[in-house]
Amino acid sequence: MHTRAANPPSPAGKILWATIAIVGAFCLGVVALRRGEPINAIWLVAAAMAVFVIGYRFYGKFINNSVLQLDPSRATPAVLRNDGLDYVPTDKWVVFGHHFAAIAGAGPLVGPVLAAQMGYLPGTLWILFGVVFAGAVQDFMILGISLRRGGRSLGHMLREELGPKAGIVAMFGVLVLMMIVLAVLALVVVKALTHSPWGTFTVACTIPTALLMGVYMRWFRPGRILEVSIIGVLLLLGSIWLGARVAASPTWGPMFDFDAGTLAWLLIAYGSCASILPVWLLLAPRDYLSTFLKIGTIALLALAIFLAAPMLQLPAVTKFIDGTGPVFQGGLFPFLFITIACGAVSGWHSIIASGTTPKLLANEGSAQMVGYGGMLMEAFVAIMALVAAASLHPGVYFAMNSPGALIGTTVQQAATTISQWGFVVTPDQLIQTAKDIGEHSILSRAGGAPTLAVGMAQLLQGIMPGEGMMAFWYHYAILFEALFILTTVDAGTRVGRFMIQEIVGLIHKPLERTESWVSNLLATAICVSLWGYFLYQGAVDPLGGINTLWPLFGIANQMLAAIALMLATVVVVKLKRERYVLVPGIPALWLIICTLTAGWEKLSGPISFTGAARKYAQGMQDGKLLAPAKSVAEMQRIVTNNYVDMALTGLFMLLVVTMVVFALRAILKAWQINHPTTHEEPYVALSSMAS
Amino acid sequence: MNRSLQSLQSSWKWAVQTARLCCGVPDYDVYVKHLREHHPERAVPSYEEFFRERQAARYKGTGGRCC
Repeated sequence: MHTRAANPPSPAGKILWATIAIVGAFCLGVVALRRGEPINAIWLVAAAMAVFVIGYRFYGKFINNSVLQLDPSRATPAVLRNDGLDYVPTDKWVVFGHHFAAIAGAGPLVGPVLAAQMGYLPGTLWILFGVVFAGAVQDFMILGISLRRGGRSLGHMLREELGPKAGIVAMFGVLVLMMIVLAVLALVVVKALTHSPWGTFTVACTIPTALLMGVYMRWFRPGRILEVSIIGVLLLLGSIWLGARVAASPTWGPMFDFDAGTLAWLLIAYGSCASILPVWLLLAPRDYLSTFLKIGTIALLALAIFLAAPMLQLPAVTKFIDGTGPVFQGGLFPFLFITIACGAVSGWHSIIASGTTPKLLANEGSAQMVGYGGMLMEAFVAIMALVAAASLHPGVYFAMNSPGALIGTTVQQAATTISQWGFVVTPDQLIQTAKDIGEHSILSRAGGAPTLAVGMAQLLQGIMPGEGMMAFWYHYAILFEALFILTTVDAGTRVGRFMIQEIVGLIHKPLERTESWVSNLLATAICVSLWGYFLYQGAVDPLGGINTLWPLFGIANQMLAAIALMLATVVVVKLKRERYVLVPGIPALWLIICTLTAGWEKLSGPISFTGAARKYAQGMQDGKLLAPAKSVAEMQRIVTNNYVDMALTGLFMLLVVTMVVFALRAILKAWQINHPTTHEEPYVALSSMAS
Repeated sequence: MNRSLQSLQSSWKWAVQTARLCCGVPDYDVYVKHLREHHPERAVPSYEEFFRERQAARYKGTGGRCC
């Protein structure tokens, strides 16, 4: 093993780190302990930054030096297999930018907003400690492990290290997770656009804009991404401006005014068409727009929070930690830990950390910055989303995020109910907020995106005041999230199609051929109907949909994270570094406990799918209509949906348990052998590769 | 003056390279250099051809982006 001389820390360095630790601890103390009076968001942001810096410098470095034992003198896959296309030694800052753009998505913006119903403190603590000890560990370790295996994918490494059967089980799990992700993200868009002609018009405008960009880049100026993206962004900003006029027009407005069910069908139709069109026409230009808007919006949000320095109006902890919250059901443990997935720990990242990134790193020494550091940045985005939600008036927050079945459908009913919960709000405040953002109503717009949009609009309004600016920024934020999500729906449907073809190919070989039209259309249809079913179910769900689907998504995402961390644990044992087994082992165990407990509570007990299905089935037998259902057909739908969700939860739990068995078997076997048994590629000195 | 101009140029190059990579398009100059050094027998594609090939390749695999 090639070890480096450890530099003893200089006295100045010691003082610096001690100062950061003291400042961080003080800020965290303010965030955690001050009660009764609102605190400024800057305390929270500063505490987060101190925790991240210390986590990176100490825990990240410990994993780098001791657990993974990364070696800057060792040639990386990018150097060994340099082909100028997929494997390219690249500047570490460029890789960092690419990696962050690939992992940052809608997830870290939505989860923390939903979790804010418990107050800002539980979410903050889970994001800070989750990311340092679980999320960043997962991303970094999977990246490091893949670096030593020619940049292989997660599935491939699972097959190698845990056995071929484990690989198939995990592949199936990833597919199901993907369908839930697509459904829940599409539902976020539906919730944001329901009866919002302005929003619907601007989001619809992204389709012709992208088509125009695609054609321009295909025939007029091939490959000019920057130029075409600037045109695209200008067109989108124009469509926000035009949207206000369309929504106000008595002829045009109603044409873009849809209910949730219709919007779900429109999205399903869009997803089917988009995933069949050539990528250069629609998907690629959309992808450019959403990538640049995403980075731009995150920067804008950071700027707004630093300049506006809002007060956190939400209490640190609300009474809803007992599990009676309106946004999602279930207590702090385990539901906080599956509601905030991306931002604290996200299973998806293991796919990216074993995808393009390990094929680009020029040196193993940069893996900590990209893997661990990239995830810390993502956690920072989650903290900002939490700040945006917590700086809203709590009454407005709950009005936007509670289902109509709980708070009613008029501002009077909503204000009364929410005030009874202890968050005093008047109907006028709710009407005024809707008016400020240029919408008819803000009630029951669950899903995170609208709440974040209002929060962001208020922050930006604070630093750039002006007539109608808040409505503009609100629709800008909605547009950004919808654009991003629609890109994911399109790309995800394609990826899902390939995965379905791979799985179906195991049963019937000819269906595997991706150039066959019959097989492509069949797989696309299966894929769209899978996520489409859950989307439609969520859109027409009288309870709002998000509070059913988000736990399923959280369980699935954390399940994948648990699988990735189990892989890391197995590899550590196979390398005979058993004394570090707890580094990936503890977060893996924690996620297994959280997913299984959450799964169990969703299978049996008061908040379970099973309980809900039985209650409504009993009601139908007795010939009674139970609220919020208004007809026998609706009762039947609630029963069926709950049984489907129950089966899915059971499936996820079975997947986790199966993977635990595979992992334990591999660990036991490796523990008994007295030499390393992992599939690492042999050492090649970087210096010998210099050209 | 000259130095700040140079650093401005290199940061711009960095930004362009990162932005293109985020869209799945690796550095063209690096690819051309690689081809000339290691595969002198192969024809060097124009940037437009290179771009189209990469654009199609980006959406073939799995993963690539997060929720």
